[in-house]
Amino acid sequence: MPFWLDSDKRAIFYQIFTFLMVGLLAYYLVNNTLINLEKQNIASGFEFLEKEAAFEIGETPIQYSAADSYGRALIVGALNTLKVSFVGIILCLIIGIIVGVARLSTNWLVSRIALIYIEVMQNIPVLLQLFFWYALFYESFPGPRQALNPIDGLFICNRGVAMGIPASHPAHKFIIIALVLGLVISFIIKKWAKKRQDETGTDFPVFWTSVGITLGLPLVVWLIAGAPSEMDIPALKGFNFKGGLMMSPEFIALLLGLVIYTSAFVAEAVRAGIQAVSRGQTEAAMSIGLKKSHILNLVVLPQALRIIIPPLTSQMLNLTKNSSLAIAIGFPDFVSVANTTINQTGQSIEGVALIMLCYLTFSLSTSVFMNWYNKKSKLVER
Amino acid sequence: MAIIAIDKEKIARIKPPVIKTGVIGWLKENLFNGVINSLLTIIIFLFMVKFVPPFIKWAFVDSVWFSTSQVCKECEGACWSAITKNFRFMIFGIYPYELHWRPFVSMLSLFTLLYFTYYRKYWSKTLLYAWLAGLVAMAVLMKGGIFGLTPVPTEMWGGLPLTLLLSIFGLTAAYPLGVILALGRDSKLPGIRYMCVTYIELIRGVPLISLLFMASIIFPLFLPEGVTINKILRAQAAIIFFTAAYIAEVVRGGLQGMNKGQYEAADALGLNYYQTMRLIILPQALKIVIPPTVSVLVSAFKDTSLVVIISLYDLLFAAKTVIQKPQWNGFSTEVYIFVAILYFLGCFSMSNFSRKLEEELDTDKRS
Repeated sequence: MPFWLDSDKRAIFYQIFTFLMVGLLAYYLVNNTLINLEKQNIASGFEFLEKEAAFEIGETPIQYSAADSYGRALIVGALNTLKVSFVGIILCLIIGIIVGVARLSTNWLVSRIALIYIEVMQNIPVLLQLFFWYALFYESFPGPRQALNPIDGLFICNRGVAMGIPASHPAHKFIIIALVLGLVISFIIKKWAKKRQDETGTDFPVFWTSVGITLGLPLVVWLIAGAPSEMDIPALKGFNFKGGLMMSPEFIALLLGLVIYTSAFVAEAVRAGIQAVSRGQTEAAMSIGLKKSHILNLVVLPQALRIIIPPLTSQMLNLTKNSSLAIAIGFPDFVSVANTTINQTGQSIEGVALIMLCYLTFSLSTSVFMNWYNKKSKLVER
Repeated sequence: MAIIAIDKEKIARIKPPVIKTGVIGWLKENLFNGVINSLLTIIIFLFMVKFVPPFIKWAFVDSVWFSTSQVCKECEGACWSAITKNFRFMIFGIYPYELHWRPFVSMLSLFTLLYFTYYRKYWSKTLLYAWLAGLVAMAVLMKGGIFGLTPVPTEMWGGLPLTLLLSIFGLTAAYPLGVILALGRDSKLPGIRYMCVTYIELIRGVPLISLLFMASIIFPLFLPEGVTINKILRAQAAIIFFTAAYIAEVVRGGLQGMNKGQYEAADALGLNYYQTMRLIILPQALKIVIPPTVSVLVSAFKDTSLVVIISLYDLLFAAKTVIQKPQWNGFSTEVYIFVAILYFLGCFSMSNFSRKLEEELDTDKRS
């Protein structure tokens, strides 16, 4: 039999052919690039990361100055990206779930407003929303001297939002430990209550006990420490506020834009998930006499979550990826810092490769986590 | 035996209780059913009373529509003049002023084509050819250089035509590429499959910005000396490669939704791979995924706004330029609202189209 009639051999031939073509293309591009780089006298490699960056960064979660290296500057950028994505994801989940549930409300006004919110925010590019919030911030709010002061310790001006935070006190560390401990205990109680319910059928008020323990423990620690209530209130010094927690207009605009845009998509996913659980499930649960909270917790949510979580994962990844638009309004995220680095050093290939690597890491780790959760929630299925 | 006279006509004339029908019934049913809902309604109503009238006053009552920027600065309300005075610039960007009719005609023919595509009764080969001819004609009109049209370099293209161009050409080119990638990912040949998976996952894992950067700063390095490709085309390529990965995932969903029996039936008929795909699988799979494909188109349309970052003169960039002019400085809210309305109209009509298609294409009523 001639080899072109043997499907196995043909398959191997196709693959070798494809690889050859892709390889040739890659060789051609790499070769061109090398020649071009040599002509422009650009040395490739990552040595530039060690060099002095010589540019300032507006917001630094860790110690950084212009004398530090490009590598450290990039880490600052990555931390900024993480910060805005983390806060953004939490806020966007909260708002998205509220709007998604509101969309299904029996109250006509509430569901209409939720619908308008979803439709409008989904259909306006996120970049435009960022520009809008940023411009609104700059144009509508007064300067630091006439800063708005809606409640004590909160100042809003065109330089950002300054907020009073509790002044640092040694007890804070223990309060946080107490909080974590409370969460762990709540988790154990939940496990125990489930086991007991499976065995004896007796019900245990897990939710309120958990709330009590999680909030109560830190409160007790706080009281033992003598209830330190001193606040670090921002004060006007020179041209800007000092002290307290200061958020720049760039950060707030970025957060607002990302959260409002993404939460509309989250709301849609939540709505679709809840609607996908058929009405019969709720009715069956009611007919066997479950309480309203039990219907939601034991029947509807476990089924709805399984549908909601995959689209939610991709929305969270979208938010993280969209945070790269920070460069357009001047928030020093990873892309923005990398762009400055590229402009200063001319190491464009390395810079773009780092950007891609950074986001791939975020994306892959989020999807690993979500896959794990997915698997866990799938186990509920019989 | 008493005879009870029943006045049937009278019974028919008795109306149901007022409380169940009409405005009051509707209000009771939809706004005041239960304590929490009543409270919510009242709270929202109070909010609307507080915020809606000032907004209407700002946007319509106190606003100025066709004035100079000086009048605007003194006026309390919205300054829509920032848009009306700069309207042509915002729509057409830096395209030569006296040649604006050319992008205008292009957009007009595009909208005509879109109108016919909206109704399924017009779907035919003729429409497909009309699209191909239309796209070529639009490109020629924009570019000029033949038929006595003054050539316009692509650096001067801008505004809404550029946004539409990037998204329409982006999708037309990304679609076949995406289908090929999806088939590759579904292929039995491991080498090809892994290559496609790597490509798709790599692209979907990175933001579009990084690809645009690549297109604007690295791509020139890839080419041999002397060969240059203009910036719009490079950005267009980035958008195509980006969108193709998303389309591939959508199409893969369709391929996976295919019944195994379809493959087996094709095998039984003795069709080879290409025939199976072209005649049996793809026509059905692509039909299932039309709605999600439209949502990819919607995001591609929104994503074209990102070319602002590599300084292409699209709709958003033109709007930003208007705001940066000293005399219109400070009216960004108005300008951005206008641009947002344009984008909203585009996206909303596309998603409407997808909903309509979803209903019309639901031919598989048996299941």
